Amino acid sequence: MTLEKLLSYDWGIMAPEFTILIVATLLSLMDLFIPNKASRKPLALLGIAGVIIAIVFAVMQVGTEPTSILFDTYRFDSFALAFKLLFLVATGLILLLALDYEGGREWEFRGEFFYLLLTALLGAMMMASSADLITLFVGLELLSISSYILAGIRKNNLHSNEAAFKYVVNGGIATAITLFGMSYIYGLTGSTNLYEISEALTNPAVEQNAFLLVMAFVMLLVGLAFKIAAAPFHMWAPDVYQGSATPVTAFLSVVSKSAGFALILKMFLITFLSVQGWHNSIILELQPYIAVIAGVTMVIGNVVALRQRNIKRMFAYSSIAHAGYVLVPFVSLSLLVFKMTWFYLLAYLLMNIGAFAVIQFVTEKERSEDFTAFSGLYKRAPWVAVMMAVFILSLAGLPFTAGFIGKFGIFMSSLGTGHFVLASVMMATTVISYVYYFNVLVQIFFRKGEVDRLRPSVGLLIVMIICAVGTIFFGIYPGAAYDFFQGFDMNELFIK
Amino acid sequence: MDSILLSALVFSPIVGILVLLFVPKAEKAAIKGVGFLATLLPLALAFIVYFGFDNTKETLQFIEQHKWINFNLQSLQNGGDFTVSYELGVNGLTVLLLLLTALVSTLAAAASVWIKDQTKGYFMLFLLLEIGMLGVFASQNLLLFFIFFEITLIPTFFLIGKWGYLDKEKAAYSFLIYNGLGSAILLIVFIILYMKTGTMNYTGLSAFLSQSPEMLERMYIGDNFRLGLLIALLVALGVKLPIVPLHSWMLQVHVQAPPSIVMIHSGILLKIGAYGLYQFGLGFFPGEFEKIAFWIALLGVINLLYGAFIAFVQIDFKKVLAYSSVSHMGIVLIGLGSLTDAGVQGAMFQIISHGLISALLFFLIGLMYQRTGTSLITHLGGISRVMPITAGFLLAGGLASLGLPGMSGFVSEFMTFLGLFKVMPALAAIGTLGIILTAVYMLRAVLTITFGETIEPLTTIKEARFVEWIPALVLTLLIVLIGVYPAVLSDMLQLTINAMMAGRGAVV
Repeated sequence: MTLEKLLSYDWGIMAPEFTILIVATLLSLMDLFIPNKASRKPLALLGIAGVIIAIVFAVMQVGTEPTSILFDTYRFDSFALAFKLLFLVATGLILLLALDYEGGREWEFRGEFFYLLLTALLGAMMMASSADLITLFVGLELLSISSYILAGIRKNNLHSNEAAFKYVVNGGIATAITLFGMSYIYGLTGSTNLYEISEALTNPAVEQNAFLLVMAFVMLLVGLAFKIAAAPFHMWAPDVYQGSATPVTAFLSVVSKSAGFALILKMFLITFLSVQGWHNSIILELQPYIAVIAGVTMVIGNVVALRQRNIKRMFAYSSIAHAGYVLVPFVSLSLLVFKMTWFYLLAYLLMNIGAFAVIQFVTEKERSEDFTAFSGLYKRAPWVAVMMAVFILSLAGLPFTAGFIGKFGIFMSSLGTGHFVLASVMMATTVISYVYYFNVLVQIFFRKGEVDRLRPSVGLLIVMIICAVGTIFFGIYPGAAYDFFQGFDMNELFIK
Repeated sequence: MDSILLSALVFSPIVGILVLLFVPKAEKAAIKGVGFLATLLPLALAFIVYFGFDNTKETLQFIEQHKWINFNLQSLQNGGDFTVSYELGVNGLTVLLLLLTALVSTLAAAASVWIKDQTKGYFMLFLLLEIGMLGVFASQNLLLFFIFFEITLIPTFFLIGKWGYLDKEKAAYSFLIYNGLGSAILLIVFIILYMKTGTMNYTGLSAFLSQSPEMLERMYIGDNFRLGLLIALLVALGVKLPIVPLHSWMLQVHVQAPPSIVMIHSGILLKIGAYGLYQFGLGFFPGEFEKIAFWIALLGVINLLYGAFIAFVQIDFKKVLAYSSVSHMGIVLIGLGSLTDAGVQGAMFQIISHGLISALLFFLIGLMYQRTGTSLITHLGGISRVMPITAGFLLAGGLASLGLPGMSGFVSEFMTFLGLFKVMPALAAIGTLGIILTAVYMLRAVLTITFGETIEPLTTIKEARFVEWIPALVLTLLIVLIGVYPAVLSDMLQLTINAMMAGRGAVV
């Protein structure tokens, strides 16, 4: 590749990515040169500033024509941008959480923490933007490997070690399976570019080897189901969520999961949508199986959560359940699939990060992760308690919260295409989820606990307020998000 | 014609919530005062709506409409625009229900003086609950209805679970799960309707669904599909009403919740189920409703008899009244199932009449519990000697409940059975047994309480003060007023029900 060619690319489309890359590099260097004893907080502030600049770049890109660079391996379109914005906002909030994470003696590697979060974010953004199996895989690995280290970053904490180890081993297997699936696709089509694959797969020769294609599809699905913690590949989630530092848990449950969904939508809809299986489009043929995965995920997540006493484990199962919900639009595959998935992920981002901010606040003050740590919170920090109630009601999908509108949208997409059974499962499991969500509220409002007042630090308070206001705002006026999303033309995804 | 009167009415309890935020927790008397005064504002507004309502027109009035959510789904089928508006409006029935809600809320707020601790949280939730209830009746589209419906769920859960009696949390969860499932089914029905028709507006839906069967068949809303939706509605709202196999949560709530909340619960919340059945079941699916009318009437008779039989053996007065509510809600079903003008009007009468009567009886339970610490019939024996006025009201409430002529209960039962005898005489004959049973269990309970043997500790009890029995007086007067001059209700209801029975739904 000549320099001339290299310079001719429209690098501007990668402005947000470059910002993150530069800031991450800068942070890693600064971390080396700052004396060991010195506070690492300025690094976090720099990271937040970087994320904000990246958000500004991303917002300026809204409305840009789809462009691809680097021999069509990296692609900018509305789909990528919409998801990148989610990742950026979420990571910005999580950095703010991390700023005030105490973690005590076990929390020595704060500098690493901040720039690893940024590299993980970079991986997620690459996943959203890549148009080639290779770049896609690089993005996935960048996200995964950064997350493995993040999970184990509390080096002196046994749970954290366990989390990292389990995550690495399970994640490694999942990655291997994904890669294996990709190799089948490459074998069938001779290309790694998603759009070329999609064309090559319509070749009649492929049709005769439909079972190979199904194998590939299933293996990719397995690998990606791991990333979003869908059943039966969810077993890592509770241990990893419990063992990781709370901001990392928030990152895994929001950014990592959303990136997984971006990848699922992108990969399957570009490559497989127009491909013939035995009788029908292959996605439609395999739809019932994905529906079963979604249904089982919702049931397992919500039912097992009932038995959890550790609040982070409870939220791990809750986030498994939510993965099941978000799979529903993908299964029903109506015209609403992008809009409803995106909106739900937005709502999920706000309510889940908000909830984790409160969890971090309470578990740090109480030095306990048992859900009884929340008892009497209403007396000790009334406003925090009220905000937690907002997040929990939103997670449970009750009105005037973004979670309700999100669920409403998912039901619209599934009932509109006649998936009554799946919608009913989702409804029933939602009602089951009331029990454990309200259990937390009962602790907060009914039980008596300590009496001393608790005050959240400024960073936590900002995160809570942003999330609570956002949750309620999008619950009352979801039109703002829908109109914003209207600016993204999702058909761009399918135009080469 | 855009007025903001209904919005003001629905959201007026917010004023109270905001004021309460600034009242210090320790000022209990001030909190109770503010809480009570705050309910007067919606009451005043409800009266303004009531007197401003022109009952010579059958159209919706005080309409408000603003674009709210645009799902941007124009590309989908059937030509609906899929925008959801914020739309409120009232007809003759909902005016009365709004007034009933505001009134019972005010009286329940008065009964809330018996709440001892955490009064601030209590009144804030109480007012939030009132917003939900008012909103349910004022909404003119399904999404808005559902949102307000769910809003009633959250405060009620807390009000039962925190301020109730011994087994309160179990009752609260039971309430949450049953009603959660009910509203889950309701939401599925609503969204299916929305996706099929592209509108959520009551009038729009009625009009859409009254197209010819062939037309609907072509849009995949065939006969069986509609029947399925109606049955799903029946189950969903049957939880709230409650229809008999789905009633167990409601008994727990009646026994465990504080009396003021039971006044609301029994007086208003149960009525949402009946209102929904009327507005959605009858309004959207008149043809299918006719097909299953017999079964609805049968369910009504089962409710009536089952409730009455079980009420007869209860020793806790709260349970007697709980089963009595089950029994009386049967009458609503019977009236709707008869599908005659008289029957449906009787059902609507029953909604309002039972709202008042059960509010009265539970208020009296609260009054007596406050002094005696018990609600067991045998322990309350002979209370007329120490609390003669209370006992008098109790007798009045009991007589109203069993349908004594001259009281509101009589009018509604008479009209309902008049309707049912016209179309299903055999079923009606069986049903009248229920009325006799009602007299039996009600008199047994009330007479044992008032004239039964006095147990020693009761002799030191003091009679309620004048201010304490004002709510009872107001309710009793209203019950008698409706009983002797039913036109106060029927003038309002006539045109609305006629429009509904003509199969046109509420016409704008």
